[in-house]
Amino acid sequence: MRELTGPEVDHVAHLARLEITLAERESFGRQLGEILTYVEQLSTVDTEGVEPLLAVFARHDVLREDVSRPALGPDLVLRNAPEQEAGQFRIPRILEES
Amino acid sequence: MTASELVARIAARELSALEATDECLARIASLDGELGAFLHVFADSAREQARAVDAGQRTGPLAGLPVAVKDNMCTRGQPTTCGSRILESFVPPYEATAVARLQAAGAVVLGKTNLDEFAMGSSTENSAYQVTRNPWDVSRVPGGSSGGSAAAVAAGMAPLALGSDTGGSIRQPAAFCGVTGLKPTYGRISRYGLVAFASSLDQIGPMACSARDCALALEVLAGPDPQDTTSSVEPVAAYTSLLESGVGGLKLGVPRSFLGDLAAPMARVFEEACQVLVGLGARLVTVELPNLGAALPAYYIVAPAEASSNLARYDGTRYGFRAPDAGDVLTMFKRSRSRGFGAEVKRRIMVGTYVLSAGYYDAYYLKAQKVRTVLSRDFEKAFQEVDLIVMPTTPSTAFKIGEKSSDPLEMYLSDIYTVALNLVGLPGLVVPSAPVEGLPTGLQLIGRAFDEGRLLAAGHAFQQATDFHLRRPERTSVSQG
Repeated sequence: MRELTGPEVDHVAHLARLEITLAERESFGRQLGEILTYVEQLSTVDTEGVEPLLAVFARHDVLREDVSRPALGPDLVLRNAPEQEAGQFRIPRILEES
Repeated sequence: MTASELVARIAARELSALEATDECLARIASLDGELGAFLHVFADSAREQARAVDAGQRTGPLAGLPVAVKDNMCTRGQPTTCGSRILESFVPPYEATAVARLQAAGAVVLGKTNLDEFAMGSSTENSAYQVTRNPWDVSRVPGGSSGGSAAAVAAGMAPLALGSDTGGSIRQPAAFCGVTGLKPTYGRISRYGLVAFASSLDQIGPMACSARDCALALEVLAGPDPQDTTSSVEPVAAYTSLLESGVGGLKLGVPRSFLGDLAAPMARVFEEACQVLVGLGARLVTVELPNLGAALPAYYIVAPAEASSNLARYDGTRYGFRAPDAGDVLTMFKRSRSRGFGAEVKRRIMVGTYVLSAGYYDAYYLKAQKVRTVLSRDFEKAFQEVDLIVMPTTPSTAFKIGEKSSDPLEMYLSDIYTVALNLVGLPGLVVPSAPVEGLPTGLQLIGRAFDEGRLLAAGHAFQQATDFHLRRPERTSVSQG
Protein backbone atom coordinates (compact mmCIF):
# COMPACT_ATOMS: atom_id res chain seq x y z
CA MET A 1 0.00 0.00 0.00
CA ARG A 2 1.34 3.37 -1.04
CA GLU A 3 1.49 6.36 1.27
CA LEU A 4 2.06 10.00 0.39
CA THR A 5 5.12 11.51 2.07
CA GLY A 6 4.80 14.50 4.38
CA PRO A 7 6.22 16.94 1.81
CA GLU A 8 3.84 15.53 -0.85
CA VAL A 9 0.85 16.06 1.43
CA ASP A 10 2.05 19.58 2.22
CA HIS A 11 2.40 20.38 -1.48
CA VAL A 12 -1.12 19.15 -2.32
CA ALA A 13 -2.57 20.96 0.70
CA HIS A 14 -0.95 24.18 -0.46
CA LEU A 15 -2.34 23.76 -3.98
CA ALA A 16 -5.77 23.13 -2.43
CA ARG A 17 -5.37 26.17 -0.15
CA LEU A 18 -5.76 24.12 3.00
CA GLU A 19 -3.86 24.41 6.27
CA ILE A 20 -3.46 20.97 7.74
CA THR A 21 -2.51 19.83 11.21
CA LEU A 22 0.30 17.39 11.90
CA ALA A 23 -2.28 14.70 12.61
CA GLU A 24 -4.04 15.39 9.29
CA ARG A 25 -0.69 15.33 7.49
CA GLU A 26 -0.22 11.79 8.70
CA SER A 27 -3.81 10.55 8.19
CA PHE A 28 -4.23 12.20 4.77
CA GLY A 29 -0.91 10.70 3.67
CA ARG A 30 -2.14 7.24 4.52
CA GLN A 31 -5.74 7.68 3.28
CA LEU A 32 -4.77 9.36 0.01
CA GLY A 33 -2.33 6.52 -0.56
CA GLU A 34 -5.09 3.97 -0.04
CA ILE A 35 -7.54 5.81 -2.29
CA LEU A 36 -4.97 6.32 -5.06
CA THR A 37 -3.92 2.68 -4.87
CA TYR A 38 -7.57 1.69 -5.20
CA VAL A 39 -8.29 3.89 -8.21
CA GLU A 40 -5.11 2.78 -9.97
CA GLN A 41 -6.88 -0.46 -10.91
CA LEU A 42 -8.24 1.62 -13.81
CA SER A 43 -4.95 0.99 -15.58
CA THR A 44 -6.29 -2.50 -16.41
CA VAL A 45 -9.06 -1.03 -18.60
CA ASP A 46 -8.03 -0.85 -22.24
CA THR A 47 -8.53 2.75 -23.38
CA GLU A 48 -6.24 2.63 -26.38
CA GLY A 49 -7.59 5.06 -28.99
CA VAL A 50 -10.59 6.02 -26.81
CA GLU A 51 -11.56 9.67 -26.57
CA PRO A 52 -12.24 11.05 -23.09
CA LEU A 53 -15.90 11.72 -22.32
CA LEU A 54 -15.94 15.47 -21.87
CA ALA A 55 -19.68 16.03 -21.52
CA VAL A 56 -22.69 13.78 -21.08
CA PHE A 57 -25.39 14.49 -23.72
CA ALA A 58 -23.75 17.81 -24.50
CA ARG A 59 -25.71 20.53 -26.21
CA HIS A 60 -23.09 22.43 -28.08
CA ASP A 61 -23.10 26.17 -28.55
CA VAL A 62 -25.91 27.00 -26.20
CA LEU A 63 -26.50 30.64 -26.99
CA ARG A 64 -29.02 33.26 -26.02
CA GLU A 65 -29.97 36.61 -27.45
CA ASP A 66 -27.36 39.22 -26.60
CA VAL A 67 -29.69 41.39 -24.55
CA SER A 68 -29.44 42.41 -20.94
CA ARG A 69 -31.58 40.58 -18.42
CA PRO A 70 -32.43 41.40 -14.84
CA ALA A 71 -29.77 40.12 -12.45
CA LEU A 72 -29.13 40.24 -8.73
CA GLY A 73 -28.23 43.80 -7.80
CA PRO A 74 -25.11 44.71 -5.82
CA ASP A 75 -27.06 44.88 -2.55
CA LEU A 76 -28.18 41.25 -2.82
CA VAL A 77 -24.82 40.10 -4.10
CA LEU A 78 -23.01 41.70 -1.17
CA ARG A 79 -25.51 40.62 1.45
CA ASN A 80 -23.54 37.48 2.34
CA ALA A 81 -20.12 39.15 2.21
CA PRO A 82 -18.01 38.62 5.33
CA GLU A 83 -16.72 42.19 4.92
CA GLN A 84 -17.60 44.89 2.45
CA GLU A 85 -16.74 48.48 1.79
CA ALA A 86 -18.07 50.98 -0.75
CA GLY A 87 -20.08 48.35 -2.61
CA GLN A 88 -17.15 45.96 -2.91
CA PHE A 89 -15.86 42.83 -1.18
CA ARG A 90 -13.16 43.72 1.32
CA ILE A 91 -10.24 41.35 1.92
CA PRO A 92 -6.95 41.57 3.84
CA ARG A 93 -3.91 43.03 2.17
CA ILE A 94 -2.47 40.88 -0.59
CA LEU A 95 1.15 39.96 0.16
CA GLU A 96 3.66 38.34 -2.11
CA GLU A 97 3.33 34.56 -1.88
CA SER A 98 6.63 33.03 -0.93
CA MET B 1 -50.77 8.93 2.57
CA THR B 2 -48.93 9.15 -0.74
CA ALA B 3 -48.28 12.49 -2.42
CA SER B 4 -50.72 11.64 -5.23
CA GLU B 5 -53.52 10.82 -2.78
CA LEU B 6 -52.80 13.94 -0.77
CA VAL B 7 -52.89 16.19 -3.83
CA ALA B 8 -56.18 14.62 -4.94
CA ARG B 9 -57.78 15.02 -1.50
CA ILE B 10 -56.68 18.64 -1.22
CA ALA B 11 -57.98 19.36 -4.73
CA ALA B 12 -61.29 17.75 -3.78
CA ARG B 13 -61.37 19.90 -0.62
CA GLU B 14 -61.61 16.81 1.55
CA LEU B 15 -58.54 18.06 3.33
CA SER B 16 -57.18 21.59 3.55
CA ALA B 17 -53.61 22.37 2.57
CA LEU B 18 -53.11 23.80 6.03
CA GLU B 19 -54.24 20.53 7.65
CA ALA B 20 -51.82 18.59 5.45
CA THR B 21 -48.96 20.92 6.35
CA ASP B 22 -49.84 20.92 10.04
CA GLU B 23 -49.90 17.13 10.06
CA CYS B 24 -46.36 17.05 8.63
CA LEU B 25 -45.15 19.73 11.05
CA ALA B 26 -46.65 17.77 13.95
CA ARG B 27 -44.86 14.60 12.87
CA ILE B 28 -41.61 16.52 12.51
CA ALA B 29 -42.09 17.97 16.01
CA SER B 30 -42.69 14.56 17.55
CA LEU B 31 -40.26 12.40 15.56
CA ASP B 32 -37.40 14.51 14.31
CA GLY B 33 -35.78 15.11 17.67
CA GLU B 34 -34.68 11.50 17.47
CA LEU B 35 -34.31 11.10 13.68
CA GLY B 36 -32.52 14.37 12.85
CA ALA B 37 -33.74 14.48 9.25
CA PHE B 38 -34.31 18.24 9.12
CA LEU B 39 -31.71 20.99 9.46
CA HIS B 40 -34.28 23.78 9.15
CA VAL B 41 -38.06 23.69 9.50
CA PHE B 42 -39.89 26.61 7.93
CA ALA B 43 -43.12 26.28 9.91
CA ASP B 44 -44.30 29.86 9.45
CA SER B 45 -43.66 30.20 5.73
CA ALA B 46 -45.02 26.69 5.15
CA ARG B 47 -48.31 27.55 6.87
CA GLU B 48 -48.47 30.79 4.95
CA GLN B 49 -47.99 28.95 1.64
CA ALA B 50 -50.61 26.38 2.66
CA ARG B 51 -53.14 29.09 3.58
CA ALA B 52 -52.57 30.70 0.20
CA VAL B 53 -53.49 27.37 -1.42
CA ASP B 54 -56.63 27.12 0.68
CA ALA B 55 -57.50 30.68 -0.30
CA GLY B 56 -57.17 29.76 -3.96
CA GLN B 57 -54.18 32.10 -4.49
CA ARG B 58 -51.75 29.28 -5.19
CA THR B 59 -52.78 26.57 -7.62
CA GLY B 60 -51.07 23.90 -9.69
CA PRO B 61 -50.55 20.16 -10.00
CA LEU B 62 -48.96 19.96 -6.54
CA ALA B 63 -51.23 22.48 -4.83
CA GLY B 64 -50.91 22.09 -1.07
CA LEU B 65 -48.42 19.23 -1.17
CA PRO B 66 -45.86 19.53 1.64
CA VAL B 67 -42.31 18.88 0.41
CA ALA B 68 -38.89 18.70 1.99
CA VAL B 69 -35.79 19.96 0.19
CA LYS B 70 -32.24 18.72 0.63
CA ASP B 71 -30.17 21.51 2.11
CA ASN B 72 -27.86 21.80 -0.89
CA MET B 73 -30.53 23.55 -2.96
CA CYS B 74 -30.84 27.30 -2.66
CA THR B 75 -33.97 28.66 -1.03
CA ARG B 76 -34.30 32.40 -1.37
CA GLY B 77 -34.09 34.19 1.97
CA GLN B 78 -33.88 30.92 3.89
CA PRO B 79 -30.72 29.14 5.03
CA THR B 80 -28.84 26.73 2.76
CA THR B 81 -25.92 25.19 4.61
CA CYS B 82 -25.06 22.13 2.53
CA GLY B 83 -24.36 20.45 5.85
CA SER B 84 -21.20 22.54 6.14
CA ARG B 85 -19.90 25.04 8.67
CA ILE B 86 -18.54 27.07 5.78
CA LEU B 87 -22.11 27.95 4.71
CA GLU B 88 -23.54 28.16 8.23
CA SER B 89 -24.72 31.76 7.87
CA PHE B 90 -25.33 31.72 4.10
CA VAL B 91 -28.76 32.94 3.00
CA PRO B 92 -29.19 32.60 -0.78
CA PRO B 93 -30.45 35.65 -2.65
CA TYR B 94 -32.11 33.42 -5.24
CA GLU B 95 -34.13 30.22 -5.57
CA ALA B 96 -32.93 26.98 -7.13
CA THR B 97 -34.96 26.24 -10.28
CA ALA B 98 -36.16 22.88 -8.92
CA VAL B 99 -37.49 24.57 -5.78
CA ALA B 100 -39.03 27.41 -7.81
CA ARG B 101 -40.82 24.85 -9.99
CA LEU B 102 -42.24 23.05 -6.95
CA GLN B 103 -43.40 26.41 -5.59
CA ALA B 104 -44.94 27.39 -8.91
CA ALA B 105 -46.83 24.07 -8.91
CA GLY B 106 -48.37 24.96 -5.57
CA ALA B 107 -46.18 22.85 -3.26
CA VAL B 108 -45.47 23.89 0.31
CA VAL B 109 -41.82 23.86 1.39
CA LEU B 110 -41.63 22.39 4.91
CA GLY B 111 -37.92 22.78 5.41
CA LYS B 112 -34.44 21.62 4.47
CA THR B 113 -33.05 18.17 5.08
CA ASN B 114 -29.73 16.95 6.39
CA LEU B 115 -26.98 15.60 4.15
CA ASP B 116 -23.35 14.62 4.19
CA GLU B 117 -21.36 17.84 3.93
CA PHE B 118 -21.52 19.04 0.31
CA ALA B 119 -23.26 15.72 -0.49
CA MET B 120 -19.98 13.87 0.01
CA GLY B 121 -20.78 10.65 1.77
CA SER B 122 -23.00 7.60 1.90
CA SER B 123 -24.37 7.75 5.43
CA THR B 124 -25.33 11.35 6.35
CA GLU B 125 -22.81 11.02 9.20
CA ASN B 126 -20.58 13.64 7.56
CA SER B 127 -22.95 16.54 8.24
CA ALA B 128 -21.34 19.29 10.31
CA TYR B 129 -24.60 19.65 12.24
CA GLN B 130 -26.16 16.33 13.15
CA VAL B 131 -26.40 12.64 12.42
CA THR B 132 -29.62 11.46 10.76
CA ARG B 133 -30.97 8.12 11.95
CA ASN B 134 -32.75 5.45 9.94
CA PRO B 135 -36.46 5.35 10.91
CA TRP B 136 -36.42 1.55 10.56
CA ASP B 137 -33.66 1.19 13.13
CA VAL B 138 -32.29 4.29 14.80
CA SER B 139 -28.93 2.65 15.47
CA ARG B 140 -28.41 2.59 11.70
CA VAL B 141 -27.63 5.18 9.04
CA PRO B 142 -30.29 6.28 6.55
CA GLY B 143 -27.72 6.18 3.77
CA GLY B 144 -26.48 9.27 2.04
CA SER B 145 -25.96 11.79 1.02
CA SER B 146 -29.72 12.50 0.75
CA GLY B 147 -30.26 10.70 4.08
CA GLY B 148 -32.38 13.48 5.56
CA SER B 149 -34.79 13.45 2.63
CA ALA B 150 -35.03 9.63 2.69
CA ALA B 151 -35.67 9.53 6.45
CA ALA B 152 -38.24 12.34 6.18
CA VAL B 153 -40.26 10.40 3.59
CA ALA B 154 -39.86 7.03 5.37
CA ALA B 155 -41.08 8.47 8.67
CA GLY B 156 -44.06 10.22 7.07
CA MET B 157 -42.72 13.68 7.91
CA ALA B 158 -42.95 14.68 4.24
CA PRO B 159 -44.77 12.84 1.42
CA LEU B 160 -42.23 14.10 -1.13
CA ALA B 161 -38.65 15.28 -0.89
CA LEU B 162 -35.97 16.49 -3.25
CA GLY B 163 -32.63 14.76 -3.20
CA SER B 164 -29.55 15.03 -5.35
CA ASP B 165 -27.54 12.16 -6.77
CA THR B 166 -23.87 12.44 -7.74
CA GLY B 167 -22.89 8.80 -7.22
CA GLY B 168 -26.00 7.23 -5.73
CA SER B 169 -27.06 9.85 -3.19
CA ILE B 170 -30.77 9.50 -3.99
CA ARG B 171 -30.82 5.78 -4.76
CA GLN B 172 -28.76 4.35 -1.89
CA PRO B 173 -30.68 6.18 0.89
CA ALA B 174 -33.96 5.32 -0.87
CA ALA B 175 -32.97 1.65 -0.66
CA PHE B 176 -31.84 1.94 2.97
CA CYS B 177 -35.05 3.70 4.06
CA GLY B 178 -37.57 1.79 1.94
CA VAL B 179 -38.68 4.72 -0.21
CA THR B 180 -38.87 5.25 -3.96
CA GLY B 181 -36.17 7.45 -5.46
CA LEU B 182 -35.46 8.59 -8.99
CA LYS B 183 -32.15 9.81 -10.35
CA PRO B 184 -33.23 11.24 -13.69
CA THR B 185 -31.11 11.45 -16.83
CA TYR B 186 -28.32 14.02 -16.58
CA GLY B 187 -29.81 17.36 -17.61
CA ARG B 188 -33.45 16.31 -17.15
CA ILE B 189 -33.85 18.69 -14.18
CA SER B 190 -32.07 22.03 -14.01
CA ARG B 191 -29.15 22.19 -11.61
CA TYR B 192 -29.40 25.97 -11.22
CA GLY B 193 -29.15 26.72 -7.51
CA LEU B 194 -27.96 23.23 -6.61
CA VAL B 195 -24.69 23.74 -4.77
CA ALA B 196 -22.18 22.20 -7.15
CA PHE B 197 -20.28 19.08 -6.08
CA ALA B 198 -19.31 17.36 -9.35
CA SER B 199 -21.04 19.23 -12.14
CA SER B 200 -20.84 16.50 -14.79
CA LEU B 201 -22.43 13.97 -12.40
CA ASP B 202 -24.86 15.95 -10.22
CA GLN B 203 -28.59 15.47 -10.77
CA ILE B 204 -31.63 16.47 -8.70
CA GLY B 205 -34.47 13.99 -8.30
CA PRO B 206 -37.62 13.17 -6.32
CA MET B 207 -37.92 10.79 -3.36
CA ALA B 208 -41.39 9.66 -2.33
CA CYS B 209 -43.61 6.72 -1.40
CA SER B 210 -44.25 5.42 -4.90
CA ALA B 211 -43.22 5.53 -8.54
CA ARG B 212 -46.48 7.36 -9.19
CA ASP B 213 -45.45 10.12 -6.80
CA CYS B 214 -42.04 10.39 -8.47
CA ALA B 215 -43.77 10.67 -11.86
CA LEU B 216 -46.04 13.43 -10.55
CA ALA B 217 -43.00 15.35 -9.26
CA LEU B 218 -40.90 14.79 -12.37
CA GLU B 219 -43.59 16.29 -14.60
CA VAL B 220 -43.21 19.50 -12.62
CA LEU B 221 -39.43 19.42 -12.21
CA ALA B 222 -38.23 18.38 -15.67
CA GLY B 223 -37.54 20.69 -18.58
CA PRO B 224 -35.05 23.16 -19.96
CA ASP B 225 -33.87 26.16 -17.96
CA PRO B 226 -32.05 29.11 -19.50
CA GLN B 227 -30.04 29.35 -16.25
CA ASP B 228 -28.48 25.90 -16.80
CA THR B 229 -27.03 25.29 -20.25
CA THR B 230 -26.67 21.57 -19.46
CA SER B 231 -30.41 21.27 -18.88
CA SER B 232 -31.95 19.23 -21.66
CA VAL B 233 -34.38 20.39 -24.35
CA GLU B 234 -35.65 16.82 -24.82
CA PRO B 235 -39.47 16.88 -24.60
CA VAL B 236 -40.88 16.19 -21.15
CA ALA B 237 -43.25 13.23 -21.24
CA ALA B 238 -46.56 13.02 -19.39
CA TYR B 239 -45.02 10.59 -16.95
CA THR B 240 -48.18 9.98 -14.91
CA SER B 241 -50.16 9.09 -18.06
CA LEU B 242 -47.52 6.54 -19.04
CA LEU B 243 -47.62 4.76 -15.68
CA GLU B 244 -49.96 1.97 -16.74
CA SER B 245 -47.77 0.88 -19.68
CA GLY B 246 -46.54 -2.09 -17.64
CA VAL B 247 -43.55 -4.33 -18.33
CA GLY B 248 -45.28 -6.93 -20.54
CA GLY B 249 -42.96 -7.94 -23.38
CA LEU B 250 -40.03 -5.90 -22.08
CA LYS B 251 -36.58 -7.41 -22.08
CA LEU B 252 -34.76 -6.81 -18.82
CA GLY B 253 -31.00 -7.23 -18.65
CA VAL B 254 -29.21 -8.46 -15.54
CA PRO B 255 -25.43 -7.89 -15.42
CA ARG B 256 -24.86 -11.28 -13.79
CA SER B 257 -21.09 -11.30 -13.97
CA PHE B 258 -20.96 -8.15 -11.85
CA LEU B 259 -23.19 -9.53 -9.11
CA GLY B 260 -21.11 -12.55 -8.14
CA ASP B 261 -20.00 -11.07 -4.80
CA LEU B 262 -23.50 -10.20 -3.66
CA ALA B 263 -24.24 -11.63 -0.19
CA ALA B 264 -26.78 -14.47 -0.26
CA PRO B 265 -29.74 -12.69 1.42
CA MET B 266 -29.33 -9.64 -0.85
CA ALA B 267 -29.05 -11.89 -3.90
CA ARG B 268 -32.21 -13.72 -2.85
CA VAL B 269 -34.38 -10.58 -2.56
CA PHE B 270 -32.96 -9.33 -5.86
CA GLU B 271 -33.91 -12.58 -7.61
CA GLU B 272 -37.37 -12.45 -6.02
CA ALA B 273 -37.85 -8.91 -7.27
CA CYS B 274 -36.81 -9.95 -10.78
CA GLN B 275 -39.30 -12.81 -10.63
CA VAL B 276 -42.08 -10.32 -9.79
CA LEU B 277 -41.28 -8.50 -13.03
CA VAL B 278 -41.20 -11.80 -14.91
CA GLY B 279 -44.62 -12.56 -13.44
CA LEU B 280 -45.81 -9.30 -14.98
CA GLY B 281 -44.71 -10.38 -18.42
CA ALA B 282 -41.11 -9.17 -18.65
CA ARG B 283 -38.36 -11.40 -19.99
CA LEU B 284 -35.08 -11.68 -18.10
CA VAL B 285 -31.78 -12.01 -19.96
CA THR B 286 -28.16 -11.79 -18.94
CA VAL B 287 -26.46 -8.69 -20.20
CA GLU B 288 -22.75 -7.97 -20.46
CA LEU B 289 -21.38 -4.76 -18.98
CA PRO B 290 -17.76 -5.87 -18.94
CA ASN B 291 -16.27 -2.69 -17.48
CA LEU B 292 -18.79 -2.04 -14.72
CA GLY B 293 -16.14 -2.82 -12.12
CA ALA B 294 -14.17 0.20 -13.33
CA ALA B 295 -16.99 2.60 -12.47
CA LEU B 296 -16.19 3.04 -8.79
CA PRO B 297 -12.47 3.78 -9.22
CA ALA B 298 -13.26 6.12 -12.13
CA TYR B 299 -15.86 7.86 -9.99
CA TYR B 300 -13.40 8.42 -7.15
CA ILE B 301 -11.14 10.25 -9.57
CA VAL B 302 -13.72 12.29 -11.48
CA ALA B 303 -15.91 13.32 -8.53
CA PRO B 304 -13.08 14.58 -6.28
CA ALA B 305 -11.42 16.28 -9.26
CA GLU B 306 -14.56 18.26 -10.08
CA ALA B 307 -15.19 18.89 -6.38
CA SER B 308 -11.72 20.32 -5.85
CA SER B 309 -12.43 22.80 -8.62
CA ASN B 310 -16.03 23.59 -7.61
CA LEU B 311 -15.17 24.08 -3.95
CA ALA B 312 -12.35 26.51 -4.73
CA ARG B 313 -15.00 29.26 -4.49
CA TYR B 314 -15.22 28.84 -0.70
CA ASP B 315 -12.35 31.08 0.28
CA GLY B 316 -13.94 33.53 2.71
CA THR B 317 -14.12 36.36 0.18
CA ARG B 318 -17.67 36.71 -1.12
CA TYR B 319 -19.86 34.58 1.12
CA GLY B 320 -19.56 31.87 3.70
CA PHE B 321 -17.23 31.58 6.65
CA ARG B 322 -14.15 33.80 6.87
CA ALA B 323 -11.46 33.14 9.48
CA PRO B 324 -11.28 36.45 11.34
CA ASP B 325 -7.64 36.30 12.36
CA ALA B 326 -5.76 36.23 9.03
CA GLY B 327 -3.32 39.05 8.34
CA ASP B 328 -2.94 38.37 4.63
CA VAL B 329 -5.19 37.03 1.95
CA LEU B 330 -3.51 33.66 1.39
CA THR B 331 -3.77 32.87 5.08
CA MET B 332 -7.40 33.99 4.98
CA PHE B 333 -8.12 31.56 2.14
CA LYS B 334 -6.37 28.66 3.82
CA ARG B 335 -7.65 29.26 7.32
CA SER B 336 -11.27 29.88 6.23
CA ARG B 337 -11.28 26.66 4.23
CA SER B 338 -9.51 24.59 6.85
CA ARG B 339 -11.90 25.60 9.62
CA GLY B 340 -15.00 25.67 7.42
CA PHE B 341 -14.67 22.25 5.76
CA GLY B 342 -14.97 18.89 7.51
CA ALA B 343 -12.58 15.95 7.18
CA GLU B 344 -14.24 14.12 4.26
CA VAL B 345 -14.58 17.28 2.20
CA LYS B 346 -10.91 18.11 2.78
CA ARG B 347 -9.95 14.55 1.90
CA ARG B 348 -11.81 14.72 -1.41
CA ILE B 349 -10.41 18.15 -2.22
CA MET B 350 -6.94 16.74 -1.57
CA VAL B 351 -7.55 13.69 -3.78
CA GLY B 352 -9.02 15.87 -6.52
CA THR B 353 -6.17 18.35 -6.34
CA TYR B 354 -3.65 15.53 -6.49
CA VAL B 355 -5.16 13.81 -9.54
CA LEU B 356 -5.36 17.12 -11.40
CA SER B 357 -1.87 18.25 -10.45
CA ALA B 358 1.02 18.52 -12.88
CA GLY B 359 2.39 15.14 -13.86
CA TYR B 360 -0.62 13.13 -12.67
CA TYR B 361 -3.45 14.50 -14.84
CA ASP B 362 -3.06 11.99 -17.69
CA ALA B 363 -2.66 8.96 -15.47
CA TYR B 364 -5.70 9.68 -13.33
CA TYR B 365 -8.19 12.23 -14.64
CA LEU B 366 -7.74 11.71 -18.38
CA LYS B 367 -7.73 7.93 -17.88
CA ALA B 368 -10.95 8.11 -15.85
CA GLN B 369 -12.63 10.27 -18.52
CA LYS B 370 -11.68 7.67 -21.14
CA VAL B 371 -13.12 4.95 -18.94
CA ARG B 372 -16.38 6.92 -18.94
CA THR B 373 -16.46 6.64 -22.73
CA VAL B 374 -15.82 2.90 -22.46
CA LEU B 375 -18.63 2.53 -19.92
CA SER B 376 -20.94 4.62 -22.08
CA ARG B 377 -20.34 2.31 -25.04
CA ASP B 378 -20.97 -0.74 -22.85
CA PHE B 379 -24.37 0.64 -21.84
CA GLU B 380 -25.19 1.65 -25.41
CA LYS B 381 -24.45 -1.86 -26.57
CA ALA B 382 -26.47 -3.39 -23.76
CA PHE B 383 -29.46 -1.19 -24.59
CA GLN B 384 -29.41 -2.43 -28.15
CA GLU B 385 -30.46 -5.78 -26.70
CA VAL B 386 -32.59 -4.89 -23.69
CA ASP B 387 -35.20 -2.30 -22.70
CA LEU B 388 -34.17 -1.92 -19.08
CA ILE B 389 -31.33 -3.10 -16.89
CA VAL B 390 -32.07 -4.33 -13.37
CA MET B 391 -29.59 -4.44 -10.52
CA PRO B 392 -29.52 -4.35 -6.75
CA THR B 393 -29.04 -0.84 -5.35
CA THR B 394 -26.65 -1.65 -2.52
CA PRO B 395 -24.44 -4.56 -1.47
CA SER B 396 -26.01 -4.59 2.02
CA THR B 397 -28.87 -3.16 4.06
CA ALA B 398 -28.34 -0.01 6.16
CA PHE B 399 -25.17 -0.30 8.24
CA LYS B 400 -24.68 0.80 11.83
CA ILE B 401 -23.89 4.40 12.68
CA GLY B 402 -20.11 4.58 13.10
CA GLU B 403 -19.49 1.26 11.38
CA LYS B 404 -17.74 2.69 8.32
CA SER B 405 -17.02 6.25 9.35
CA SER B 406 -13.35 5.65 10.14
CA ASP B 407 -12.56 3.96 6.82
CA PRO B 408 -13.23 6.22 3.80
CA LEU B 409 -12.56 3.52 1.22
CA GLU B 410 -14.92 1.07 2.92
CA MET B 411 -17.62 3.79 2.84
CA TYR B 412 -17.01 4.39 -0.87
CA LEU B 413 -17.67 0.72 -1.63
CA SER B 414 -21.32 1.06 -0.59
CA ASP B 415 -21.82 2.98 -3.88
CA ILE B 416 -20.58 0.12 -6.04
CA TYR B 417 -23.91 -0.46 -7.85
CA THR B 418 -24.91 3.17 -8.24
CA VAL B 419 -21.96 5.26 -9.45
CA ALA B 420 -21.87 3.96 -13.03
CA LEU B 421 -25.12 5.76 -13.95
CA ASN B 422 -23.73 9.13 -12.96
CA LEU B 423 -20.61 8.57 -15.04
CA VAL B 424 -22.71 7.86 -18.15
CA GLY B 425 -25.68 10.11 -17.32
CA LEU B 426 -28.40 7.45 -17.45
CA PRO B 427 -31.55 7.44 -15.29
CA GLY B 428 -32.12 5.02 -12.41
CA LEU B 429 -35.20 4.32 -10.32
CA VAL B 430 -35.08 2.57 -6.96
CA VAL B 431 -38.21 0.82 -5.69
CA PRO B 432 -38.40 -0.96 -2.33
CA SER B 433 -37.93 -4.74 -2.57
CA ALA B 434 -38.30 -7.39 0.15
CA PRO B 435 -36.63 -6.62 3.48
CA VAL B 436 -33.64 -8.52 4.83
CA GLU B 437 -33.79 -9.02 8.60
CA GLY B 438 -36.41 -6.31 8.89
CA LEU B 439 -34.43 -3.71 6.95
CA PRO B 440 -35.46 -2.34 3.54
CA THR B 441 -33.70 -3.13 0.28
CA GLY B 442 -34.10 -1.54 -3.12
CA LEU B 443 -34.41 -2.82 -6.67
CA GLN B 444 -32.62 -0.55 -9.13
CA LEU B 445 -34.12 -0.14 -12.60
CA ILE B 446 -31.93 1.52 -15.22
CA GLY B 447 -33.19 3.01 -18.45
CA ARG B 448 -32.02 4.60 -21.66
CA ALA B 449 -31.35 8.32 -21.63
CA PHE B 450 -34.59 10.30 -21.17
CA ASP B 451 -36.62 7.09 -20.90
CA GLU B 452 -37.95 7.98 -17.43
CA GLY B 453 -41.48 7.22 -18.65
CA ARG B 454 -40.69 3.56 -19.15
CA LEU B 455 -38.68 3.39 -15.93
CA LEU B 456 -41.48 4.83 -13.85
CA ALA B 457 -44.03 2.57 -15.53
CA ALA B 458 -41.90 -0.47 -14.68
CA GLY B 459 -41.54 0.73 -11.08
CA HIS B 460 -45.28 1.34 -10.91
CA ALA B 461 -46.03 -2.14 -12.28
CA PHE B 462 -43.72 -3.61 -9.62
CA GLN B 463 -45.53 -1.63 -6.94
CA GLN B 464 -48.93 -2.80 -8.17
CA ALA B 465 -47.75 -6.35 -7.56
CA THR B 466 -45.94 -5.76 -4.25
CA ASP B 467 -46.56 -3.82 -1.05
CA PHE B 468 -42.97 -3.15 0.08
CA HIS B 469 -43.30 0.55 -0.77
CA LEU B 470 -46.36 0.85 1.49
CA ARG B 471 -44.69 -0.61 4.57
CA ARG B 472 -43.72 1.89 7.22
CA PRO B 473 -41.36 1.55 10.16
CA GLU B 474 -43.34 0.57 13.27
CA ARG B 475 -41.93 3.18 15.60
CA THR B 476 -43.10 5.99 13.35
CA SER B 477 -46.49 4.61 12.32
CA VAL B 478 -47.78 3.65 15.78
CA SER B 479 -47.59 6.95 17.54
CA GLN B 480 -48.78 10.31 16.55
CA GLY B 481 -51.51 9.64 13.96
